[in-house]
Amino acid sequence: MTISTSTARSAAAASPLASVDSLIDGLASVGYIASRRIATALYMAANLQKPILVEGSAGVGKTELALSSARLLGLPLIRMQCYEGLDESKALYEWKYGKQLLYTQILKDRLGDTLAEAQTMDQAMERLHGMGDLFFSEPFLEPRPLMRALKEDDGCVLLIDEIDKSDEAFEAFLLEVLSAYQVSIPELGVVTAKTPPFVFLTSNNVRDLGDALKRRCLHLHIPLPDAALEQRIVATRVPDIEATLTKELVAFVQSLRTLDLRKAPSISETVDWARALVLLHASSLDPALVKDTLNVILKFEQDIVAVEPQIVELLARRGQ
Amino acid sequence: MQHTLEEFIRALRAADVRVSPAEAIDAARALAVTGYADRELFKDALCVTLAKSPDEVARFDAVFETFFTRDPLSPPPSAAQEGEREEGGEAGEAQSSEAAQGSPLAQMLLSGDAAGLAQSMEEAAERAGVSEIRLSTQRSRMTRRLLEAMGVAEIEQIIAQARRQAEGRALAERLDQARKGLVAEAQAYVERQHSLYAAGSARSLREEMLAKKALNADGGIDPVDLAMMQTLVKRMAKRLADRYSRRRHVANKGHLDVRKTLRKSMAHGGVMFELEWKLKKIEKPSIVAICDVSKSVAAAAQFLLTFLYSLNEVVERLDAFAFSGRLISVNEILDDHGVEAAILKVLQTIGFQQTDYGRALEDFCEQHLDRLDRHTTVIILGDGRSNFAEPRLDLMKQIHDRSRSIIWLNPEPESYWSQGDSVMHRYERFCHVAKHCNTLAQLERIVEDVLRTYVPH
Repeated sequence: MTISTSTARSAAAASPLASVDSLIDGLASVGYIASRRIATALYMAANLQKPILVEGSAGVGKTELALSSARLLGLPLIRMQCYEGLDESKALYEWKYGKQLLYTQILKDRLGDTLAEAQTMDQAMERLHGMGDLFFSEPFLEPRPLMRALKEDDGCVLLIDEIDKSDEAFEAFLLEVLSAYQVSIPELGVVTAKTPPFVFLTSNNVRDLGDALKRRCLHLHIPLPDAALEQRIVATRVPDIEATLTKELVAFVQSLRTLDLRKAPSISETVDWARALVLLHASSLDPALVKDTLNVILKFEQDIVAVEPQIVELLARRGQ
Repeated sequence: MQHTLEEFIRALRAADVRVSPAEAIDAARALAVTGYADRELFKDALCVTLAKSPDEVARFDAVFETFFTRDPLSPPPSAAQEGEREEGGEAGEAQSSEAAQGSPLAQMLLSGDAAGLAQSMEEAAERAGVSEIRLSTQRSRMTRRLLEAMGVAEIEQIIAQARRQAEGRALAERLDQARKGLVAEAQAYVERQHSLYAAGSARSLREEMLAKKALNADGGIDPVDLAMMQTLVKRMAKRLADRYSRRRHVANKGHLDVRKTLRKSMAHGGVMFELEWKLKKIEKPSIVAICDVSKSVAAAAQFLLTFLYSLNEVVERLDAFAFSGRLISVNEILDDHGVEAAILKVLQTIGFQQTDYGRALEDFCEQHLDRLDRHTTVIILGDGRSNFAEPRLDLMKQIHDRSRSIIWLNPEPESYWSQGDSVMHRYERFCHVAKHCNTLAQLERIVEDVLRTYVPH
């Protein structure tokens, strides 16, 4: 029995994608505490070669998941931030227009020389044709994130961040890339990825995504963590922190989430707060300290005003 | 397993989780990778492939638990427990046991084989088509069908036969007990199937009815329906906003903006290094909503305000006003409070008084006329009943001239317009659209039309 587990462990060390458990261990080793559902989604994505659509409120670690996966798998990370008005030329490729122009300007002077050698009209035409193709070839191609991801021969992690901020037209354009891992460029032909990239899409739910896109992806919703998980996350992210303080701080943040706030603090805020408290050399929470550092976890004036009078009560509740 | 997966997907669809055939194939592929041994892994693998939004994940979890959880059948009293009692009637027992030998169900019941019973119930359910259940009234019939498919008729025969012989009493008694237990299990099974496959359709039916229900029906909206109505309205407003409130500039690739390009080329000595493309500008909707909250529209007012509230959350440039006698701006109230509190506050401040359209228009023109420009659409929600006061058509004309369009939504049908104190027909002249709007479905269609006019397709 011991032999089989040890061999299993060594196999897991060799490839973190071997099983869900080895993925959890692997992610933990690069500083990302994953729940079982998250690890399963990653495992399925690797096995089915499908993109993962990660949803959840801001700061629960959607982007971090992609970054950690890249670190774990030892692959380069290519990141594309989406925004309103993002289009193909910024996401996929663009012809280096300036360079093309520059080269034509230079070649204009040489054109006479080249054509002078031509004996007949046909020959001259032929040479001109050859030059035309030159301008629409690889050296003049400016690859953008999607194209770069497809061209990574050893695979890579492609992070398409905040896809919900982009337009519907762009979403439709992504479909080909995500399902077949290829794009067609009219002048060059179809570019297909040798190794399909590991694709993460993140969404904050600014708008509902189309069904066609959702269908092509595995869906992962990261909820706010429970107290035990959050304590582990804080302990991993802020190693200097004392265990008792972690416990108090996580309990306080958890109780904040039960209040009706405009923006409930998420994991990244908890971690920031833990860092701030370590900087202040705090060893436990007291009302004055919480009041002074409340702006680290709450990002709206209204929320701070609403919570301030309740601090003592919230701290007391945590004691029970 | 293939069949079970299909059934599970059908249950998901019934629970309003949309699963396309392609996703079903993905799920099957996922299961081929994970296998069926680890329940947690099995569930998560199905979840990431089938459920595609947080709502759907919640519904998936619920359906998964109901579908795959089987409470172990309560074991029927087994022969061993009642051993002492049987000793007396050994001979008779043997005789009627022969009859019981013929029926596998009877054997399972007698030996207390819970696993075997559960399995045979699943098989029988499939034969009887229990999962076809649609209505709650079908439950008892389905239970009967299920029991028949399991062969309960045979058991009844055996019991009747055993009762006739004095020695067989004990056996008959035990079988009868076991049979009762089985009936209860079958009922529970059908109940679970009903909640899996039919409960969802009942809810969607209710929502559909609600969307078509007249808003100013007597007694207004049922308090029970109110919560559902509010979610329905919110979803509607969100859908509209999703479609129309984004995208202000659409890059129009392929059309060179020559003027801008030439200007940029100045820096490079006339060489056009940077190309500028023409942009198409799309205006965001700008809406002024004026809502009547007086006595005559009391039933609809609450709903109209709910809609106003939802619209306010999703449309960036919305100015909301409410009036009955006088007109006030309710923007701040809608911004600062939750939906119920906001509606209550508006109604407290200004609601249920005598309507005076002339006065309200006067207030609007005096204080807020500068809000109107040629991009603004004015939506008026009201019945046009002015209590015989001066309707101030001149002000209405002024609003008409300044705004892009006026849309009047009236909860009363057209045949009532201009009867009694209604001056709807006189106002109608100044409206681009004047429509009877009495249900949620109508309202959505009209507002969609309004928003669409801004987006040239």
